[in-house]
Amino acid sequence: MNMQSDRQWWFIGAVCLAAAIALPFLVPAYYAQFAAKVFIMGILAMALNLVVGHGGLVSLCHGAFFGLSGYVLALATPGYDPAALWWTLPLALLVTAFAALIIGALALRTRGIYFIMVTLAFGEMLFFLFFDNQFAGGSDGMFINTKPELAIAGYQLFDLDKPITFYFAVLAALVVTIAVLSMLVRSPFGHALAATRDNERRVRALGFPVFQIRLTAFVISGALAGLAGYFAAAQFGFVVPQMLGWHVSATALVMVLIGGLRSVTGPLLGALVLLGLEEVLKATTEYWKLIEGIVVIVLVIAMPSGLRQLLPHVLGRTTKPAPPAKSEATQGGGAHG
Amino acid sequence: MDLATFGVQLLNAIQYGMVLFLVASGLTLVFGILGIINLAHGAFYMIGAYLAYWIATYTGNFGIALLGSVVIAFGIGWLMEAFLVKRLYGRDHLAQVLLTFGVILVLDELRQLLFGKDVHSVPPPAWLSGTIQLTDNLSYSIYRLAICAFCLIVAAIIFYVIRYTKIGMIVRAGAENREMTRVLGIRFDVVNRYVFAVGIALAAFGGAVVAPISTVFPGMGDGMLILSFVVVVLGGLGSIAGALIGALLIGLTDTFGKVFFPGVASILIYVLMAAVLIWRPNGILGRREI
Repeated sequence: MNMQSDRQWWFIGAVCLAAAIALPFLVPAYYAQFAAKVFIMGILAMALNLVVGHGGLVSLCHGAFFGLSGYVLALATPGYDPAALWWTLPLALLVTAFAALIIGALALRTRGIYFIMVTLAFGEMLFFLFFDNQFAGGSDGMFINTKPELAIAGYQLFDLDKPITFYFAVLAALVVTIAVLSMLVRSPFGHALAATRDNERRVRALGFPVFQIRLTAFVISGALAGLAGYFAAAQFGFVVPQMLGWHVSATALVMVLIGGLRSVTGPLLGALVLLGLEEVLKATTEYWKLIEGIVVIVLVIAMPSGLRQLLPHVLGRTTKPAPPAKSEATQGGGAHG
Repeated sequence: MDLATFGVQLLNAIQYGMVLFLVASGLTLVFGILGIINLAHGAFYMIGAYLAYWIATYTGNFGIALLGSVVIAFGIGWLMEAFLVKRLYGRDHLAQVLLTFGVILVLDELRQLLFGKDVHSVPPPAWLSGTIQLTDNLSYSIYRLAICAFCLIVAAIIFYVIRYTKIGMIVRAGAENREMTRVLGIRFDVVNRYVFAVGIALAAFGGAVVAPISTVFPGMGDGMLILSFVVVVLGGLGSIAGALIGALLIGLTDTFGKVFFPGVASILIYVLMAAVLIWRPNGILGRREI
């Protein structure tokens, strides 16, 4: 990427950030709430894309990390008092990172289609753990009666119960996620990760510890999914086992596909498009999932590189070279059919 | 645990394992030949059960229901390969995952439109509906024994076809070396379509055959999908014999887990999977890669 287009992207980013800051003051509260939901799902989808797009590993257990983190918040919230943000958030991230470490260490012994199935199975294991056992409300889930707050020595700095505070907290989390992921992707680690996706054997032959690189990416990605889950649980005000289910992971994957696999912020756009579509469909038809399913099928068949494929048509000439028509993300092993 | 109870549990485990085997063998067959991971496999299990319920209510004959649901599922599978799955060959795994996920959403909603979301039960055929008295207070349903028999027959047919017929030879050759088989003049577009349709029909058969002993409900496909995946991971992807071993292992683990460790029973099969992953990452009968 040359300096010219780099500067252009910084400019677009700054404009988007300014718009996001101004948004809650300009639109009704409902839309600000919707935007916060888009940001949260965007964080999840971007986190997932670190392993899917950059690492070439299709994970179906990120929904489980997302939900697990929500459950940590629910369990740490004392009755009707707000939980303290300063320790519940790090705790939630730590727990999800640990879960990602265990699941990743086992699942990364496999690759390709096996990896998909193993991550799906372990994700469902967490689902059943919360579904079958009563310690966290079983199949009914738990309520989070008051959203977390940040207080120092009894003085409340900010309270996520206020919608505007919540919005900006989520926006801050979003900015941090984008910054972390952008730096990671551009770092030597990010290049090594992309190389394991493109040619595992060569990377291994060059002496890179492929397993450790993938596991690190998986843990970071899992923890960031936990960040999204923490705020999602706070926003909804309750957690249910379905939050851990693999349909959440698959929905996030759809967002990744819509936004394009090779960019950091693409999945955020994907989240906006998919959630916007859901919103419109829910308002118009009872059977919105049918339409959504058809949209997903058509997307996969017609636009393998996501909405970015439309970019050249919209802009005429582009400042970037066109993305490769066919993503070869998970070419690795596995497909020996 | 006395011998009779143990025997009953063992029969339950085998019956459960055999149904799992049927469904998972469809999944592993489709992967072995087409190289496609089909997340909608569980949804077809659910559709099979609903079709069986629907046909059984209208005709009152469970045999027709079983046959009808398998035939309809075969047709849907045939169409799905022709219109959707065909476009996935050579695409990455993400495309396969998402397209089949889209199919799940569509099937779930169609089921909602056609059959509603109520929980149903299907009566077993009259001549199989009795029980066998084992001891004074222990009896066993004849239909459960019939399921074992059904599944064993189908499993035997699958093994026979794959091992001793020309079609089976093509299927095995295709799984072994696709390019070479194509060069030898085998029409893979045709083979793919039939294999996929058979895979879907097996899933629907599994759903239809358990309809009388379990309730028919909307979420039944998801659970079966995960279990079939675990079976395939245990046994080795693309291996029918591996699927049999994996399915029986899960049947035993789950059934006896519920008896001996009721609190953690739902976790046990995943512990088993983790153990196999550490021991043999490509499954018990899987081939080594890289």
